[in-house]
Amino acid sequence: MAYVIRRLLMTIPVLLGVIFITFAIIKVTPGDPVQLMLGQRATAARVAELRLQLGLDDPLLVQYGRYVLNAARGNLGTSIRSQTPVLQEIMLRVPSTLELTTAALLLSVLVGIPAGVIAATHGSRVLNQVINVLALIGLSIPGYWLGIISLSFFAVELNWVSVLGGEGIKDLILPAIALGLPSAALFMRLTRNTMLEALGSDYVRTARAKGLPDYLVVWKHVFRNAMIPIITALGLQTGALLGGTVLIESVFARPGLGRYAVTAILNRDFPQVQGMILFSAVVYVVLNLIVDLTYVVIDPRVRRS
Amino acid sequence: MPDTINEIHPNKPTQVPQRTRMLRRFVRHRGGMVGLLLFGGLLVIAIFAQQIAPYDPLALDYHSTLQPPSPAHWFGTDDLGRDILSRAIWGARESLRVALLASAIGIIGGLVFGLISGYLGGWADVLIQRIVEIMLAFPTILLVLSIVAALGPNLTTILIAAGISTIPIYIRMIRSTVLVEREKEYILASVALGAGQFGIMARHILPNVLSTAIIYTTLGLGGIILATSGLSYVGLGAQPPTPEWGAMLTEGQRLFRNAWWPAFFPGLFIFLAVVGVNLLGDGLRDLFDPNMNV
Repeated sequence: MAYVIRRLLMTIPVLLGVIFITFAIIKVTPGDPVQLMLGQRATAARVAELRLQLGLDDPLLVQYGRYVLNAARGNLGTSIRSQTPVLQEIMLRVPSTLELTTAALLLSVLVGIPAGVIAATHGSRVLNQVINVLALIGLSIPGYWLGIISLSFFAVELNWVSVLGGEGIKDLILPAIALGLPSAALFMRLTRNTMLEALGSDYVRTARAKGLPDYLVVWKHVFRNAMIPIITALGLQTGALLGGTVLIESVFARPGLGRYAVTAILNRDFPQVQGMILFSAVVYVVLNLIVDLTYVVIDPRVRRS
Repeated sequence: MPDTINEIHPNKPTQVPQRTRMLRRFVRHRGGMVGLLLFGGLLVIAIFAQQIAPYDPLALDYHSTLQPPSPAHWFGTDDLGRDILSRAIWGARESLRVALLASAIGIIGGLVFGLISGYLGGWADVLIQRIVEIMLAFPTILLVLSIVAALGPNLTTILIAAGISTIPIYIRMIRSTVLVEREKEYILASVALGAGQFGIMARHILPNVLSTAIIYTTLGLGGIILATSGLSYVGLGAQPPTPEWGAMLTEGQRLFRNAWWPAFFPGLFIFLAVVGVNLLGDGLRDLFDPNMNV
């Protein structure tokens, strides 16, 4: 329990640091950020008004404190363009991104881990070579390119899915593949390597010597031990997949958080950018927390340390 | 009593230098060689773009718009009649320049802070490690987007952003290598001989962590190429009409209802470049440090 509390407290400086970085963004922006947001033709009066509204004339620490307090109450400011509360805009886009990331994660786990287990346990030379080449392709192919090419084939040529922003399950398949392929390759490599390492260890030899059937050795001993690095990777990959939505949502014109981040930056809508970054950081911190707490459950050694 | 080995075995054939042995082992590493040829080939194309490209990458030709691949235009033309092969060749220059410079920023930053953090220790180490922890606590892409948001979307920003965002990862890796190196006896000997801390770092530690740094840089380069091209693709990097692979993809996607080639070829180049550096990185790792776990 002490570990859990300590781990929870550790997230506070991280989040304060992230907010500080989002603040630094506005400070280091060359030129007046307000002028940038409003465009060159904005009147001096309008610029002054917005500066006042955003509190940009206050000392930096006051602004920072105010932002932290507001954020803690769930107020991430109001978008300059749409005049809508940023948190509301973000929440509107969460389901789409969540759907895509979950689909990509499921796909990469369901393809990557079994492929890794097969490669480690039944690996003939040819099969291993094939899996190696597939992993290399998976890790090297630009997902956004795969997305464009698959869209032009399945949507334009075959008319199986809609070209832009389809909402159905069918329209989730291509983006999930484009987003999840590198992760699948990574899980495959990782599972194979950790399984091979575990297969060569002493306790496996003991288990075999006891006369345990092969499937029990693999699933009860080897796979369970190989799970620890895989769970670490699971947390990291979920973060990477969320980051990947920035590119993939643009390919498929999906109305999610990634696309939102890009347009916020292109429009230089700073409240949107700040809110978006803080929100993602919170999600990421929570993800890391879940991963660390999972260790406590599956690895008794962590509990004791 | 003879005082050197050569006096004991005067006719012993001279040993093959270690460098030559390493080189031979690398040449026999099939993946590494394929990677070197692929990536090296693209680098040559990038350097000699002016001589190799058959057309001006920006030249418009309204008489041959959206032509499919043909002997006159191997990769076809786009809707403005620009030659896609020439644009992809010039794109190699833009895209690889950005990726290599970003890697350079990352690894130089990683070396400087990793050396200080690992060798000097103390409050410098604590401070650097806390900053690294915060930077690693949220996804790389967010750090990149924050920097792009601050400096405005263009290719130089992407380069700086991608470079800075990899620094913390490199600091971690370099630091752990330095920690191992620091404990070796020759360092103790140098200290005993009165060498200064910065002298030891520059003359002894740095050369010994350099091979590790090169491997990490190569292994990380693929990700940087994918990221920088990707950011250009969504409009945060290179702006049209710059021939850059990611930006070319954006233009290609606009045309994909009518033509597949404007999007296909720039993506293929990105893919080949990344395959090349990944194979090269794996080869270098097997060569220098087979036990490295990346």
